[in-house]
Amino acid sequence: MPDGSFAHPQQRQFNPYTDNGGTILAIAGADFTVIAGDTRQSEGYSIQTRYAPKVFRLTDRAVLAVNGFAADGNMFVKKWYRHAHAKDMPLRAIARLIQTMLYAQRFFPYYVYNILGGIEEDGTGAVYSFDPVGSYEREACRAAGAAQSLVQPFLDNQIYFKNQTAAPGQSHPTHLPLPDVLAIVIDSFTSATERHIEVGDGLEIYVVVAKGRSPQGLESMRGVQEMSTRPDGDRVFVIRRELKKD
Amino acid sequence: MATASVYKGAGFDFSNEVRNTFLTERGIPLPKATSTGTTIVGCLFKDGIILGADTRATEGPIVADKNCEKIHYITDNIRCCGAGTAADTEFTTALISSNMELHALSTGRKPRVVTAMTMLKQMLFRYQGHVGAALVLGGVDATGPQLFTIHPHGSTDKLPYVTMGSGSLAAMAVFEAQWRPNMERADALDLVCAAISAGIFNDLGSGSNVDACVITASHTEMLRNFVKPNERVQKERSYQFRRGTTAVKKEEIRSLIVDEDITHLTGRGAAEGEAMDTS
Repeated sequence: MPDGSFAHPQQRQFNPYTDNGGTILAIAGADFTVIAGDTRQSEGYSIQTRYAPKVFRLTDRAVLAVNGFAADGNMFVKKWYRHAHAKDMPLRAIARLIQTMLYAQRFFPYYVYNILGGIEEDGTGAVYSFDPVGSYEREACRAAGAAQSLVQPFLDNQIYFKNQTAAPGQSHPTHLPLPDVLAIVIDSFTSATERHIEVGDGLEIYVVVAKGRSPQGLESMRGVQEMSTRPDGDRVFVIRRELKKD
Repeated sequence: MATASVYKGAGFDFSNEVRNTFLTERGIPLPKATSTGTTIVGCLFKDGIILGADTRATEGPIVADKNCEKIHYITDNIRCCGAGTAADTEFTTALISSNMELHALSTGRKPRVVTAMTMLKQMLFRYQGHVGAALVLGGVDATGPQLFTIHPHGSTDKLPYVTMGSGSLAAMAVFEAQWRPNMERADALDLVCAAISAGIFNDLGSGSNVDACVITASHTEMLRNFVKPNERVQKERSYQFRRGTTAVKKEEIRSLIVDEDITHLTGRGAAEGEAMDTS
């Protein structure tokens, strides 16, 4: 019996992790990247808050989306800000730094899935996706979190054109234009909201546009706000939308 | 085990129980049943009973049905809301509905809510909670308006306002704040809507639309999709695929019409060939 004596074997458990739901996704274009996440934070059948950002601007060319255990996600992003003085870090360097930061916690991991999006030094759009202990790769698109299994197949079909044969004499484009990508991102989240109980409330879409490239009508979109610190470098925008709240 | 009979009795079939227990012990769990995560409520008002339910059915974190019906028919003057394992609520209410009809026929009286409540609790108690049905039973009979909750193990409550399911706390909060005795029909209906809406928006297991059912001594009114606060917005793009998008590895067309040659040996057809001997 648990009476403090050593007469009987005792077992204690401490479970520090929890799943806070939500979904993130990122798509790279030729000279831009879109990084998005819903804003619901939940535990079990309860909503903890309808507005907990999962997507963060790191620099004018890098945006990080963090999904999984919210407390670890917050701590992980906070750790980045300790490096914030190291300005003008290239995206691939930020990716490598994130790997090091994640692997440093190899035996007590941050329970988070990271997706880093932004503009590479050569001006191309890039997405880096990570597992909780730091394994990463550069991709054209990636979904993570609660509705990953719903969204990723949709992206494979619409971005990579998987299971679609091109019209005779034609080929699939390697990169889609920004308006098409934004439409696919919005539809991904409204659809995930329909069928996954942990996705909803709000949507934050970050768009990073390469230096000197046109934002392709982005500035006239509903609910858009510029986040960049200077107008002559790579530029960051955020679009905020409502999602269903049931 | 006793010798297996080729004849099956009525009711549940337990023949796979031993195998399934063995499988569970070996780490192969039973498949997850569709559950109606659910907010269901009922409340008493001046002229009778109002029942309410949301319309979301879930399988774990996935929405299985966006617009299911959780208010089940028992008799003309009795309805029952179900939460828990979807199949159990549907079959239990259907069985009791059937037995209530037979009971009404044999007694020649209008059925009573307590009768349905007793049948339900006795059945649920018999199955020791393995029939996972959590119910809100309401109706108006010879003794007046009646409202009960029935838990999966067979216990019952008789209260003026009740809630059940994963959204029961959200809904009960609304009832505790706003319910009064002898409410008008419109006010009570608004209250039931507010209680279900609290579940829809604050409980992840509940969602989509509000169903309601107003039962009075003279009339029962089922208000299916009474409020629809969660319509899907229009999609940004069309996902119509071009004809020929799906790759074809092989094409083979077979005619379903089998050609046949008919040779008439007797009768009219044969007569056309040569003159029939009519002598």
